[in-house]
Amino acid sequence: MDKIPRLRRGFRFQWEPAQQAHVLLYPEGMVKLNGSAGAILAEVDGEHSCHQIVTILEQRFPEAGPLAEDVSAFLAEAARQHWIEWL
Amino acid sequence: MNTPTDHVGPPLWLLAELTYRCPLQCPYCSNPLDFAHHDQELSTEQWLDVLSQGRAMGAAQLGFSGGEPLVRQDLPELIAGARELGYYSNLITSGLGLTEAKVQDFARAGLDHIQVSFQASDPELNNAVAGSRKAFDQKLAMARAVKDAGYPMVLNFVVHRHNIHQMADILALCENLGADYVELATCQYYGWAFANREGLMPSRAQLVTAEATVNRFRNQLAERDHPMKVIFVTPDYYEERPKACMNGWGSLFLTVAPDGTALPCHSARLLPIDFPNVTASPLEDIWYRSPGFNHYRGDSWMPEPCRSCDEKDKDFGGCRCQAYLLTGNADNADPVCSKSAHHDRILAARTAADHATAGLEDLIYRNADNSNVFCRG
Ligand code: SF4
Ligand code: SF4
Repeated sequence: MDKIPRLRRGFRFQWEPAQQAHVLLYPEGMVKLNGSAGAILAEVDGEHSCHQIVTILEQRFPEAGPLAEDVSAFLAEAARQHWIEWL
Repeated sequence: MNTPTDHVGPPLWLLAELTYRCPLQCPYCSNPLDFAHHDQELSTEQWLDVLSQGRAMGAAQLGFSGGEPLVRQDLPELIAGARELGYYSNLITSGLGLTEAKVQDFARAGLDHIQVSFQASDPELNNAVAGSRKAFDQKLAMARAVKDAGYPMVLNFVVHRHNIHQMADILALCENLGADYVELATCQYYGWAFANREGLMPSRAQLVTAEATVNRFRNQLAERDHPMKVIFVTPDYYEERPKACMNGWGSLFLTVAPDGTALPCHSARLLPIDFPNVTASPLEDIWYRSPGFNHYRGDSWMPEPCRSCDEKDKDFGGCRCQAYLLTGNADNADPVCSKSAHHDRILAARTAADHATAGLEDLIYRNADNSNVFCRG
């Protein structure tokens, strides 16, 4: 939980009005993210640790309850896909 | 049945073919055979306007290709414009004409990625295929410069019967260079590659061996949790069902040719269809309302066997260019499909690939002299 994720080089995260979604762009590829994936990746900046991201999101979405499990599961998957890397 | 204009989403991918000019002469080039007759090019302002219209419609991925896009002196300006608009921009280059200074300039201007294409894993074959000496060393140097400048390294190898046996060497070379993505793209047989198909298409035996090599290599990468990603595009001539070409005609991809002709894919220019030009109509009209883009949307245009086929939502009847080139009528099912009455053309090409003897010297190289031979009228 103390590890710090950052986007792998060549990856860009941004909001796309036409798709009404956050997307992840990379060489010749684009993934459209669902709401929670978008909310998590928006906090991946190479400075916040996984733990801090959980805290930020729990404050922002108090109705969602504890988020540690969801966040670390998503980040693990994002790392497996090589979208992010750990510092 | 779907009518053409139902559910047309925005063009998410824009391919800007900046020029047909190129210092190389690849015999599989996807440019039209008669490129020498289309030597008009949009101005810087016109390109910036196309990019801005495309972005407003929702395009997020942008490819700068050609020809060789580096011959456009205004490339840095176009890159900066694309960045400002919020595109993810890809430069697709042979690496010829690239320098370390340019690689860094482009990065500063906001280019996201540079794809360097190779013709083979060793200098002799690479240079023979590209029709140029020195090309290989230059490509290696530029691949390294790309990585050093902080871009992801994306290497592209066009695969055909004269280099497919080098798969293991190609992959080793890519790993040594530190590639992040490797695209092993077997020629798709349009344009120059169609004219040279007999001399380019691998045999099934060659393909099976190559696939096994690639899969072994992929497994090794996975075992080491290595991030290099290997994409192997195999020729659809060995399939029994066609590919869902461009994810459907006019559904995601918009290509603008050097002279401003707007196309649903980069080879569609060979079809007997009138395509609109960005100098005459707004991009939005072109995409949503032009007859050219609506021509093969939906499925009401389909003849049999596609019309009554329950797989038509999966492959949209395959590739229109392939149907046209192989059957003379672009409405037909892509002959790759085993249900097509013209599937024998594909079978004949497979047989020819088993017995082909032509060497590299027998291929028709992509240059203006050869192009003039293909120019109509
Ligand atoms: S395929 Fe070869 S000849 Fe054609 S544009 Fe690309 S580098 Fe030039
Ligand atoms: S008949 Fe047409 S729609 Fe059916 S699988 Fe073949 S190409 Fe696709």
